[in-house]
Amino acid sequence: MRGWGFPAACAAVVVAGLAFTELADNPYYFNAAYVILQALIMAVAWNILGGFTGYVNFGSAAFFAVGAYTSIALLKAAAVPLPLLILAAALVCGLIGLGVGYLTLRLKGVYFAIATLAMGIVLETLINNWSYVGGAKGTAILTPDKHLWFDSYSEMLFMVMLLLALGSVAVSRTLSSSRLGRGLAAIRDDEVAAECSGVPTLRLKLVSTTVMGAMMGAAGAPYPYFVSYVDPLSAFNLFIAVNSIAMPMIGGTAHWAGPVVGALLVGSAQEVITVTISSELNVLLVGIMLVLFITLAPQGIVGLVRKHWKKRA
Amino acid sequence: MFSADLFANAVVSGLLLGGFYAAVAIGLAIVFGQLDIVNIAHPAFIIAGSYTAYIFNSTFGFDPVLVGVAAMPVFFAVGVAIYRIYYAAFERTGQESLSGLAFFFGLMFIIEVSLILVYGVDYRLVSAGYATGALSIGFVDLPGRMLVPFLVALALTGLIWLYLSRTFMGRAIQAVAQDRGALQLMGADPIRIKQWAFGIGIATAAVAGALLIIIGPVEPSVGRQYIGRAFAIVVLGGMGSIQGMLIAALLLGVVENMVATFYGPSWAPAVSFGILLLTLAFRPAGLFGR
Repeated sequence: MRGWGFPAACAAVVVAGLAFTELADNPYYFNAAYVILQALIMAVAWNILGGFTGYVNFGSAAFFAVGAYTSIALLKAAAVPLPLLILAAALVCGLIGLGVGYLTLRLKGVYFAIATLAMGIVLETLINNWSYVGGAKGTAILTPDKHLWFDSYSEMLFMVMLLLALGSVAVSRTLSSSRLGRGLAAIRDDEVAAECSGVPTLRLKLVSTTVMGAMMGAAGAPYPYFVSYVDPLSAFNLFIAVNSIAMPMIGGTAHWAGPVVGALLVGSAQEVITVTISSELNVLLVGIMLVLFITLAPQGIVGLVRKHWKKRA
Repeated sequence: MFSADLFANAVVSGLLLGGFYAAVAIGLAIVFGQLDIVNIAHPAFIIAGSYTAYIFNSTFGFDPVLVGVAAMPVFFAVGVAIYRIYYAAFERTGQESLSGLAFFFGLMFIIEVSLILVYGVDYRLVSAGYATGALSIGFVDLPGRMLVPFLVALALTGLIWLYLSRTFMGRAIQAVAQDRGALQLMGADPIRIKQWAFGIGIATAAVAGALLIIIGPVEPSVGRQYIGRAFAIVVLGGMGSIQGMLIAALLLGVVENMVATFYGPSWAPAVSFGILLLTLAFRPAGLFGR
């Protein structure tokens, strides 16, 4: 049962997603679901480094934006199909993750955090000055006409995001229960002790920054098709970075399910608040929730639930 | 293309800018350099200082620098309160690396978005007599809106340096930075000293914010550009050394201004971050570190 539970759940989600595209026809639902799934992938990716090893990445938006701009650069050159765009974006962002990790992960954790902030601004400046992809004005991308058997392109993008999200959850779950994941947890708890017991700490950290970068890049790759107009300001939006930290923190960082729970709850709440009240207030609430959760419930929702179960048992 | 007076003007205005950067970074030099607290919300407090100066300047016509100085006690109290929360929630439990960082990130975000909610994303400015004039020495121009912040920043830096090196409390702050355990053995309470130092760090943001809004119009998200600058200066200056910080600030100001003059202002933001990344990669102890 235990071995089959997760693949069965994934299959059920895919079937439910397909049924959703057949039954619902209000495009808003697909847009909202896309936004939530995108945030989910970012949160799961952030947690692979932040939650498993304890190294904070403030540059999530930069990885995301580089993913989106990889797509744009390729699309300007040729009509590259979407799966290839996703692969290319994952490759580029994985390499950036590896590079930043290699430069700064040998130092104290705070330097990595500051370096990721720094990287975001450097990359944004580069893109602002790179006229081939539109520079500071941004660029428009036409959505292709073909969308397989789906009713509209946004329905297809929703399914693509759903598959990417399931893939990233599967990777994160496998990592957390593997030998590698136990090594990462050892780094989080005590890096010096881990190093002394023969855990190859630098290599493990580099693996997780690379995986994190690749996932964030993949999440950004379909973005130009989704919004059809991309400028550096929206792609490097700080809100993306805040969300990818807040969602795992609220859900709980120690368990692979934490960012999933956090992203689904916070993401859905954000959609509701944006529609019913205002989008500025929504942004403010995420900040407040983040601060409240990390001061009052540092284990997140998953941690609270686990504690509750332990008490009852 | 290249001319001597353009070059001289770029150097001089770079030095003026760098002096102002010292005021931006000095709070962080204390908080991050001495206390090892990664307060990435520091630039957000500076923006809060700018808006304080803006509010009192536009409604009562007070001088922005005076407002900045007068606001210091309030900022100090806020800083003390934040340190109490930070200590109780993260430092005491050893959670500062992950949760503490995220805490300040969330704080930065809350300050920025609250300002946007109240004042919108319009640029705000202050009016002061000296901000419009300019002093000319030979072919070098010294605009008042740069010169006044430069002088105030130097005065602030000098005072903080005197405070840290000459007074009892200032030396206690440096002692906390060097060896917390030894300080405790001497019967001093490191938490009280740290909360005092954190308060001073935040208080400098009130003045730095007033200077920022004299130099040019301010909107809430401008603060983000100063995160990299402030950290680059503190790391380059050797973490917590006030003299090193001042030299690093002047250096960054000149280099950034050179890049803006000769390559175009759109490249300027990348300079500080580039310097920061290179410093972290090749000389993490800073220019003057051991």
